[in-house]
Amino acid sequence: MNRIASRFSELRAANRSALIPYITAGDPVPAATVDLMHLLVSKGADLIEIGVPFSDPMADGPVIQRATERALAHNVSMHDVFGMVRAFRATDSSTPVILMGYLNPVEILGYAEFAREAAAAGVDGVLTVDLPPEEAEDYAEILQVAGLERIFLVSPTTPNRRLQAVARLGSGFVYYVSLKGVTGANSLDTDDVARHIEDLRQFISIPLGVGFGIRDAHTAGLVSKVADAVVVGSVIVHLIEQHQHDLPAMHQAVGALVAEMRAAMDAVQIAGGAA
Amino acid sequence: MPIAAVDYASFPDAHGHFGIYGGIFAPETLMAPLEDLANAYAEAKMDAAFQAEIDKDFQDYVGRPSPLYLAERMTRELGGAKVYLKREDLNHTGAHKINNTIGQALLAKRLGKTRIIAETGAGQHGVASATVAARLGLECVVYMGADDVVRQAPNVMRMKMLGATVVPVTSGTRTLKDALNEAMRDWVTNVDNTFYIIGTVAGPHPYPMMVRDFQAVIGREAREQCLAKEGRLPDALVACVGGGSNAIGLFHPFLADEAVKIYGVEAGGEGIESGHHAAPLCAGRPGVLHGNRTYLMQDDNGQIIGTHSISAGLDYPGVGPEHSWLKDIGRAQYVSITDNEALDGFRMLTRTEGIIPALESSHALAYAMKLAPSMHKDEIIIVNLSGRGDKDMNTIARIEGYEF
Ligand SMILES: Cc1ncc(COP(=O)(O)O)c(C=O)c1O
Repeated sequence: MNRIASRFSELRAANRSALIPYITAGDPVPAATVDLMHLLVSKGADLIEIGVPFSDPMADGPVIQRATERALAHNVSMHDVFGMVRAFRATDSSTPVILMGYLNPVEILGYAEFAREAAAAGVDGVLTVDLPPEEAEDYAEILQVAGLERIFLVSPTTPNRRLQAVARLGSGFVYYVSLKGVTGANSLDTDDVARHIEDLRQFISIPLGVGFGIRDAHTAGLVSKVADAVVVGSVIVHLIEQHQHDLPAMHQAVGALVAEMRAAMDAVQIAGGAA
Repeated sequence: MPIAAVDYASFPDAHGHFGIYGGIFAPETLMAPLEDLANAYAEAKMDAAFQAEIDKDFQDYVGRPSPLYLAERMTRELGGAKVYLKREDLNHTGAHKINNTIGQALLAKRLGKTRIIAETGAGQHGVASATVAARLGLECVVYMGADDVVRQAPNVMRMKMLGATVVPVTSGTRTLKDALNEAMRDWVTNVDNTFYIIGTVAGPHPYPMMVRDFQAVIGREAREQCLAKEGRLPDALVACVGGGSNAIGLFHPFLADEAVKIYGVEAGGEGIESGHHAAPLCAGRPGVLHGNRTYLMQDDNGQIIGTHSISAGLDYPGVGPEHSWLKDIGRAQYVSITDNEALDGFRMLTRTEGIIPALESSHALAYAMKLAPSMHKDEIIIVNLSGRGDKDMNTIARIEGYEF
């Protein structure tokens, strides 16, 4: 079984939701990424999402745009990202790793080569922000053959008809973009998210994650009541930026936030389990 | 070799594909709004009242048809084919861009949107968007690369006078592509009340098709005017290619006329060999950017690389997907003209015809200067004079060493 599927079934058995932190590969420097990944795991991450830097991140807000620019200042390439995942795998063979990014750096390698190398490096799933299911038939098949999960986004504007396409091509989990906007946008409305998640479950049978707009432990806890996974990106990347010249302080700050989110999610779930 | 059997009018397909190019590569939040837009446009296209409204605006507000002008003195100096200019510079607001914004603004109204956003490079599309927004009483926000805000200052002033908010974009390369990224981000966030007027034949489907259709008035008129004046079709068409809207507007109605040669002129900057240019069709390779698959300027890692052109309107690393397809099937040829050659074209037209062209259009003129002498005196070239040069006075003054 793919690591993502087995991780979600373990979590389900324990009645817990997954915490999925996001960091941009190579931010603030390439040498920092693998240590940050291990730190995230040690503070309670269940899966890790790694952003592949792209020069034109049109779905990202200013925080992740700047992270991308810091990484690209070091010319971080897809091969470098594979190298980071491979290095991470040397001591962590169980935490699923998802690559999140834009299509062009994949296209230039070719889908087949990308899929082969990603799988060989120890990547478990791929989320391509600007590749909707309509254009993803070939890609999804190639990823599947390589054993990689195909993670698609759905948003508040996604009509039911398109949910069926996501349900057909998607695997691993479905990522619900909880608000209209770019990454790092304002806080989400947790009641609204809860309603949407209920509706989505009529179409989507695999786990449902929620991301965009989760900025604090309290919100992470609330979202974990209704979602199978909580994805947290911009607040973490913002801490990395603040402490970019002081690695110990960065680890301290990022570790504290992730641990706090993990604790809030666990508290909610223990309360929910007892009820 | 071009295949005569291609039915150009049947492209793109229902999902916006021109061969392997085009398509819809957009964030999920935009997928439903893009589909709504495609449906609304398909309905409007069939609606005689909508078409009549556009035609009326073209005539009474834009000043169409624009003349097809025989540049006699320029023709004599070049000593070859007759050079006709399609005078899009005479349109209201000074360029072809208004043809498209008239159409899209009417669609925005049809969809009940109250807010318009646009990206702009040279500022012509921003001005044209601010103009239609003022006329329809819509809020207008224009994204413009911070570097372009400086080099096209007169247009920034015009947009502000028209009531638009101009937002300088400081991310990335601070030019047109970054303005487009920022406009997309705005659209994702404000999709409920906002209509994004893309200024060229790029972006996700239906934009490349829709913008082409609105700009095709250029070629339809030119075809009729040439037949009326000369009793036959031209031998060659020449237009500059940034995103490619003025070019496809001229070319499209002639695509099935296989005897008409078609030349798209990209910005060669400091020369293709220098690497400092904006010529994806001449020197790039296919990839995906801004919602479609097309030729791009990119490095070996698939990162989009910085472009250079003397003209802000051509300073873009991508190109409309239909041009990529026309290149691959051989129906159109794409060439490049350097900054210095474009300046020669600029000076040539100004001094021989008393017409000051935009620096973008000067690229097309410079290529016509090369082409005309190689052709017979009874042959005909139509050059798309996509805009006037008023906006470029600062750039020209700096180069010529004038001070205000
Ligand atoms: C006068 C003029 N011509 C040409 C262009 C290039 O755009 P396109 O290639 O879409 O016609 C611009 C863009 O700003 C322009 O202002």
